[in-house]
Amino acid sequence: MTPEELRKLASSQEEARPEPKHRIKICVAAGCLSARSDQVLQALQDEIARRGLTDECEVKGVGCLGLCTAGPLMVVEPEGVMYEGVTPEDASDIVNSLGGKPVERLLCPADSPFFQKQYKIVLENSGLIDPEKIEDYIARDGYTALARVLEEMTPQEVIDEITRSGLRGRGGAGYPTGLKWSTVAKAGGSRKFVICNADEGDPGAFMDRSVLESDPHRVLEGMAIAAYAVGASQGYLYVRAEYPLAVKRLRTAIRQAERLGLLGNNICGTTFSFHVDIRLGAGAFVCGEETALIASIEGKRGQPRPRPPYPAEYGLWGYPTLINNVETFANVAPIIRNGGDWFASIGTEKSKGTKVFALAGSVKNTGLIEVPMGITLREIIFEIGGGIPEGRRFKAVQTGGPSGGCIPEQYLDMPVDYESLAKVGSIMGSGGMIVMDETSCMVDVAKFFMEFCMTESCGKCVPCRVGTAQMYDILQKITTGEASMDDLALLEDLCDMVKHTSLCGLGQTAPNPVLSTLQYFREEYIAHIVDKQCPAGVCQIHRREGH
Amino acid sequence: MHFTKPSPPSDDKRWRIVEATMRRHGYDSHALIETLHSVQQTFGYLDTEALRYVAKSLRVPLSKVYGAATFYHFFTLKPQGEHTCVVCMGTACYIKGAPNIVAAVSEKYQVKPGETTADGKLSLLTARCLGSCGLAPAVVFDGEVAGKVTPEEALERIGRWMNHDS
Repeated sequence: MTPEELRKLASSQEEARPEPKHRIKICVAAGCLSARSDQVLQALQDEIARRGLTDECEVKGVGCLGLCTAGPLMVVEPEGVMYEGVTPEDASDIVNSLGGKPVERLLCPADSPFFQKQYKIVLENSGLIDPEKIEDYIARDGYTALARVLEEMTPQEVIDEITRSGLRGRGGAGYPTGLKWSTVAKAGGSRKFVICNADEGDPGAFMDRSVLESDPHRVLEGMAIAAYAVGASQGYLYVRAEYPLAVKRLRTAIRQAERLGLLGNNICGTTFSFHVDIRLGAGAFVCGEETALIASIEGKRGQPRPRPPYPAEYGLWGYPTLINNVETFANVAPIIRNGGDWFASIGTEKSKGTKVFALAGSVKNTGLIEVPMGITLREIIFEIGGGIPEGRRFKAVQTGGPSGGCIPEQYLDMPVDYESLAKVGSIMGSGGMIVMDETSCMVDVAKFFMEFCMTESCGKCVPCRVGTAQMYDILQKITTGEASMDDLALLEDLCDMVKHTSLCGLGQTAPNPVLSTLQYFREEYIAHIVDKQCPAGVCQIHRREGH
Repeated sequence: MHFTKPSPPSDDKRWRIVEATMRRHGYDSHALIETLHSVQQTFGYLDTEALRYVAKSLRVPLSKVYGAATFYHFFTLKPQGEHTCVVCMGTACYIKGAPNIVAAVSEKYQVKPGETTADGKLSLLTARCLGSCGLAPAVVFDGEVAGKVTPEEALERIGRWMNHDS
């Protein structure tokens, strides 16, 4: 397929479609699916067929609409009416209402801050297109960035555009993407690889899954552009086996793109070839670390190795390798389409663009959101999130999963960007954002994450393997009321040691949840140790007679 | 040196699926994890015979195959019970009471997380994070995800399996 043919296909998609009078789009991403949205979809299709309205009304499954807590969600167009909590029994009422008054009892206010305060780049197609149809993606300018790159730009120009955009790694660490690409491009050798890290292991994070399930082609297009820029011809998508739906949709997407000549040999009729294969992860958190991920693709245990050399110079099978996260790749096509300057105009001075967050925990509106960098935590939690349910009080928000920290109330007005989050002892992370109220015990939360890191430690280096176990033991003692102040001092020493001597990011950041809760909620630790009390009433304190 | 392909542990036709996976990767040792996925998806778990067969076919030391099979949490060396109940213990589910669900099921059916009841009917498992955080706490009953589950609901659903089958 040449770029010219692609444009034709895109416009023919627009025209060929007999404009149905009504369109019903229902979310079939994992969140709504588990609320049985597939049955609702079926019921609606049956109802419409039964009434012979198939020509007038189109029903289709689309990607994530965001507000997972209210699922199944659907949108009726052209009215733009949004419904929540739909059941198969509602099908008849919904079809009755088409073109008339909406079904009052199912209405979901689409003008609420949850929808209005968001800014969508990565998720712009999410909820609009059928993720299993490449034509839908192409009709929304899909693959035009790739065609343009191949037609008009040199690899260096692509890298310059990405550099100008100021895009930084969305996996959490925030390394400048342009710089990474240029390092791989400069590395010598005839073979290079591009890897997409979709091993989303952070508990409480589901951004990558949603992107892959809702708009898989966007990620493939980003990978292909990256491959052209750095000079690679083979790519791997390393995705969790725990995400079967994402895997299925990716396989479909790759097949469709290959059939249209948008992946594979001689893409768009040029000399550029790029093949993508899927590799399944197998449930090891440490494989999110790039050198461990490479080991896993090579068929080995996912254990990291010291860096340097960085994968950019010595990666998969020893060849220069570019590794980026799903969300990073998803930002590439819009940057090429709209220009680096456009992207750089969004966000803050050092953190450009938007960030997708998985908002969950003790907050009214849980789900997937995309917001401009620099928005405050208060806006996210109290406006988009709708605040804390059941009249409870906000206590802390956890970002960055097991590598991040708990941020207390006094920093709610802080802007969300890489530097500000790091300054208060947390990290941007991949985008998990868990809100906690007064019923959560901060020591228990720290113990939860330490248990996670202890079990997920790969065992290669001693500080992480032994240190996390020792820290977990002390936290266990604190939560059962058996610890002394000496134990607390030892815990702080261990945090320092593990942080500075571990081999990879897993160990180096494992103490963060403890350090941040100690910094802001030290009195809770003291209450467990000295008063033998859990202020939140979560921990089972063993009281000994005579104490 | 000439290499003779080992024959599968049994004449079960399903081994062809595993063979196809290995063939697709040219019997390369890099295909180890993909092959283990294929065995587990086909047979439900990885037993010693399967590990030996994979080791020989891909010419990887058995120790390395065992190493990979035990390193990754997704692989299991034991057959699962007739029914499985997977409780998500991700952060959102944890703070919304997932531990209470595990405790309730564990106590009622005398089964520890990660284990199967003595009669082989129920496996109680925990997951790191299902990515269904918007529906916390989430539980997967025989492959079907359920959101906002209470301990009572979990016991009720499991109870239906246990009564129905006896």
